[in-house]
Amino acid sequence: MSPTARSNGAAKAAAKSRAKPKLAIFGAASCGGCDVAIVNIHEHILEVAAAFDIVLWPTIMDGKYADIEAMADGEITVTLVNGSMRTDETVHLARLLRRKSKFMVAFGSCASEGCIPGLANLSSRKEIIDTAFSTVSTDNPDGIRPIWEYQAPEGVLHLPEFEPMLRTLDQVVDVDYTIPGCPPESKQIWAALQAVVAALNGTGPLPPKGSILGAGESTVCDECARKRDVKKIDRFVRIQQVAQFDPEICLLEQGLPCNGPATRDGCGALCPAVGAPCIGCYGAAEGVVDYGARLISAYASIVEATKPEEIDRVLDGIVDPAGQFYRFSLAGSLLRSSRAAWNSDGEK
Amino acid sequence: MSAQAPVAPALAQGAASAATFEPVIIGFTCNWCSYRAADLAGTARTKYPPNVRLIRLMCSGRLDPTFVLKAYAEGADAVLVTGCHPGECHYIEQNYKALRRFQLLQRTIEALGIEPARLQLVWASAAEGVRLASEIARVTEEVRALGPLNWPAGNIVDIDSVNLDAAWEATGGDAGGPPAMPDGVDPEHEAEVAQ
Amino acid sequence: MTAEHSHLPVEGEVRIGVYVCHCGSNIAGVVDVPEVTRWAAENLRDQGVVVARDYKFMCSSPGQELVTDDIKNLGLNRIVVAACSPHLHENTFRTATARGGLNPYLCELVSIREQDSWVTTDKAAATAKAKAILAGGVERVRRNEPLVPVTVDINPATLVVGGGIAGISATLELADAGFKVYLVEKEPSIGGHMAQFDKTFPTLDCAACILTPKMVTAGTHPNVELLTWSEVEKVEGFVGNFTVTVRKKARYVDEDACNGCGVCQEKCPKKVLDEVFEAGLGYRKAIYTPFDQAVPRTPVLDRPNCTYFERGTCKACEIFCESDAIDFTQEDKILTLQVGNIILATGYDLFDARRMQQYGYGRLPNVFTSLEFERLSNSAGPTNGHIVLRDGVTEPKSVAIVHCVGSRDKNYNSYCSAICCMQSLKFAHLVREHTEATIYEFYIDMRTAGKGYDEFYQRILEEGGIFVRGKPAEITDVARTPEEEGKLILQVEDTLVGQQRRFPVDMVILSSGLEPRADAKELAVRFGISCSFDGWAIEKHPKLDPVATMTEGVFVAGCVSGPKDIPASVAQGAAAAARVLGRIQQKQMNLEPIKATVHAEHCSGCRICNTMCPYNAISFDDVKGVSSINAAMCQGCGTCVAACPAGAISGSGFSDEQVLAQIEGLLRIGASGAPLERTAYPVTRHEAIEEAVRA
Repeated sequence: MSPTARSNGAAKAAAKSRAKPKLAIFGAASCGGCDVAIVNIHEHILEVAAAFDIVLWPTIMDGKYADIEAMADGEITVTLVNGSMRTDETVHLARLLRRKSKFMVAFGSCASEGCIPGLANLSSRKEIIDTAFSTVSTDNPDGIRPIWEYQAPEGVLHLPEFEPMLRTLDQVVDVDYTIPGCPPESKQIWAALQAVVAALNGTGPLPPKGSILGAGESTVCDECARKRDVKKIDRFVRIQQVAQFDPEICLLEQGLPCNGPATRDGCGALCPAVGAPCIGCYGAAEGVVDYGARLISAYASIVEATKPEEIDRVLDGIVDPAGQFYRFSLAGSLLRSSRAAWNSDGEK
Repeated sequence: MSAQAPVAPALAQGAASAATFEPVIIGFTCNWCSYRAADLAGTARTKYPPNVRLIRLMCSGRLDPTFVLKAYAEGADAVLVTGCHPGECHYIEQNYKALRRFQLLQRTIEALGIEPARLQLVWASAAEGVRLASEIARVTEEVRALGPLNWPAGNIVDIDSVNLDAAWEATGGDAGGPPAMPDGVDPEHEAEVAQ
Repeated sequence: MTAEHSHLPVEGEVRIGVYVCHCGSNIAGVVDVPEVTRWAAENLRDQGVVVARDYKFMCSSPGQELVTDDIKNLGLNRIVVAACSPHLHENTFRTATARGGLNPYLCELVSIREQDSWVTTDKAAATAKAKAILAGGVERVRRNEPLVPVTVDINPATLVVGGGIAGISATLELADAGFKVYLVEKEPSIGGHMAQFDKTFPTLDCAACILTPKMVTAGTHPNVELLTWSEVEKVEGFVGNFTVTVRKKARYVDEDACNGCGVCQEKCPKKVLDEVFEAGLGYRKAIYTPFDQAVPRTPVLDRPNCTYFERGTCKACEIFCESDAIDFTQEDKILTLQVGNIILATGYDLFDARRMQQYGYGRLPNVFTSLEFERLSNSAGPTNGHIVLRDGVTEPKSVAIVHCVGSRDKNYNSYCSAICCMQSLKFAHLVREHTEATIYEFYIDMRTAGKGYDEFYQRILEEGGIFVRGKPAEITDVARTPEEEGKLILQVEDTLVGQQRRFPVDMVILSSGLEPRADAKELAVRFGISCSFDGWAIEKHPKLDPVATMTEGVFVAGCVSGPKDIPASVAQGAAAAARVLGRIQQKQMNLEPIKATVHAEHCSGCRICNTMCPYNAISFDDVKGVSSINAAMCQGCGTCVAACPAGAISGSGFSDEQVLAQIEGLLRIGASGAPLERTAYPVTRHEAIEEAVRA
């Protein structure tokens, strides 16, 4: 197709889509899984394209930041941001998109609570970069480290700088809605998108600001088919320590730390159904301030021991408390990080 | 048996020097035992450092780890958890739950780089006013020696319509060139090509 | 709560009134109250503070009126008072709030006295702390909800545990008022320790003479159900509605058939050392009543010591009983009682003087405890009232009475046992009455504070006797001089003379201290009350509420809450009964609305909360798959609220929102009074500049 024909076609398409609400889907520091989950709604994606004018979706289609900058404030109706605020570019773009969007949605665990990359907050930036650039197996004899600003002959070159701490979307901009999950289940994504379309059409209610979309009102136990009894834990085990877990009984009762009781439902309890403990990717339940605190409280409450030494023996079974309780939620927790992340001297 | 606790150490008279760090400690008490003990310390005019600010809960079993983490996140240097002695809980056995939560929480905050001594547990019955006061004094000094925790405050910047690039230029931006290289980094370095 | 108050939820804007009390100079002498008030008015406006006042005595009528008037005139919908402890005046200010037309639970009282001005000398620090405490209260009260108390019915029946003089006193007051009382006593007869005494001070009334008429009345009163040889095993429920499980141990005697003739006791061939009533000085039979005036007169068969149960032979009691009352097949009976209130009057145990090895009790035969001496002196006792040495025959020519054995002693019990000085003086008189012995009293102080007590002391002094102000270091039989041969020697520093002295005597009486019962802590757990580290039951307030406990519906009377004399025990028994009568008359009672609730829509049925409640208030619905909480049984501890991993349980009165807000408020300012210095999270240079532009 000639360039002219292409631009004419683009103009026609632009004219047609001017009436449709604008949709932006932006991956910040993202693994791409959320984008995969979105296209995993299969043919429904065509309905999405029909309902919205997609102005930005770097994974799937071309789009320029300049086009976004040229828009009026609030011109984009809905922006879905997945991935976390890891570099100053992602922070900058989150803020840019926030200005240009009517509704901002934290899409997926990274945006809403930091997700697994949030565990980087257990280390300082220096530790992270040192580890990446000078491990035993890295060939880096001159000790090269990334630099963020470089004096090139043409001027100063700015590269996206690695922020000292990873942040969630709502720690950087005002967020309207959240769709949790790592990634959100495709069925739930489609349900949420339908709800959005209905709200924009006026055929459905606009959820109150701050609502969690595409998830349930309770926790994973609600969807889990395993049988539950009163909880009395006398040991915590790791999954590799037990040859066979009973497929019918609650995993937590069998000593396997399952985060299901504290994790929002909506995923269908897929993991416990196949004998894997819930690791908490759908985030906290309604109204919960700190996800990890809920698990700490719940697990400790049901330990069957009264003397400090006995309690210690049982708790020794949780070998990595930070990882166990904050695997997905560290960046979005009350403390957000370990002390090392912001308290290191002389780091760059 | 009931060896009476020593009187809490007297406060240093006169203004503290500007250099003395005064920790701010949040203490959780239970309505029946430790809060009453604190009241008793007051009625007996026992003097102890003013660094602990107490919150009254009905029971130490109400202690939610969220409260402790919130205290650190809001700037407290340490948290003191108190309640009835094990076996003497007004609600029979709830302080055991508090004990277990305390132990698991202490492991977790340690994994997050907070010294375990910044989370302390003291059991005190309603009659142990003097003892609670001296424990508060001890905890205060231990935390003073550790120094401030200074957990940072969260910050969301409100978005307005500032032109970011213009603002960058306006505040000097690239003027003066990029900041100095970190030690040992030579951007002109040429990579050695492996043969 | 007698005033009318609004139950409507508070909507819209929060308007807070702050009141800072001077409490005379109690607070104002250390805390700069006007400054705190000014600071609140200025700095807490963003939290909704509309008015901030300070006043000399907030708890006074005009003080309370400030609150009431401001609610009406300024449209306040939240109140914070910074004054003394909530344990003192929370109700006062809640009532004042209610009088103003506002729900009383929208009022918070924070302590800047017990928690601040009384414990700090540094005025600047105290003022800063007061500001922080006030800010905590203000941020908390914003999240207070207008709660409504739960109302419960009061069952007019009462359980009295312990049939000593305090328990009997309480029982008779209640029974005479026309209400049913269950009197449970673990021994075969009521009477308690008082029944063991010979004479009582200061009147020297015979203990049995004044006690037994009351015992008989209690035993025969139509409103009293006497359950002796019985113990409370379990207490469930809550005030007004307790379900108590009592084990009526088998007496092996049919109570209805038995006429108390005593033939079985007479004919029983098995003698058993009576370690309870006779303090180990005398014997009883295997089937026995503990003493002649026992109530009830029905004997008890001591199974472990009974020949029939041991070997299958004897049965003398059955053979000689003319009423066919012996029943070897009798079993323990479990009774379930429904009562509205419980009075605990379980009394004390004596300090075990064997722990003081230097006094030789248990090793040196002629060292006696106070209870042993009471039995010796009692004419119905094992020696028929003859005061003799352990050989049962020899009259002592010299008797030493030692005060404060196991009391006022850092090594054992720090407290004073209240009755031993008077008791020791009484012993001196009794020894003088029964013997020609020379009497020595070894004391630290003379504590004779009650009515007629010091006059008694003067009388005993005049009767003669050698009073040595010194606590004996040792009681020994190792003689150093010929005069000391065969005697017990007390080695003591006579502090009035300033010399070490040795006193050879024939007999030593140890005024052993009073201690909580050995099972006091278990008892406390069983009845849901607190006891101190020593084991004394803790009263609601030692000065102003000595018979109530922190547990609604459970009262204490007598020595269970600490050593006291008979007049005090009787008074407390009557006082506890009066409190219970008040409850019964009201027929209903309001419970503090501090309750937990499961929000079913958020509950996933994980069942983690199911084991959190010691009151069994949490149940699980298998069909609906959610847990739920019985509000009447919930005692409001909040443990389940904290445990729920889904945050599906809320606790009224101490909600997450309230506590988190209080934490924020408490940390508004630093130790110096200035806002708490915070550092910001580190950001990149680029972002920092962006933020600087925006600021």
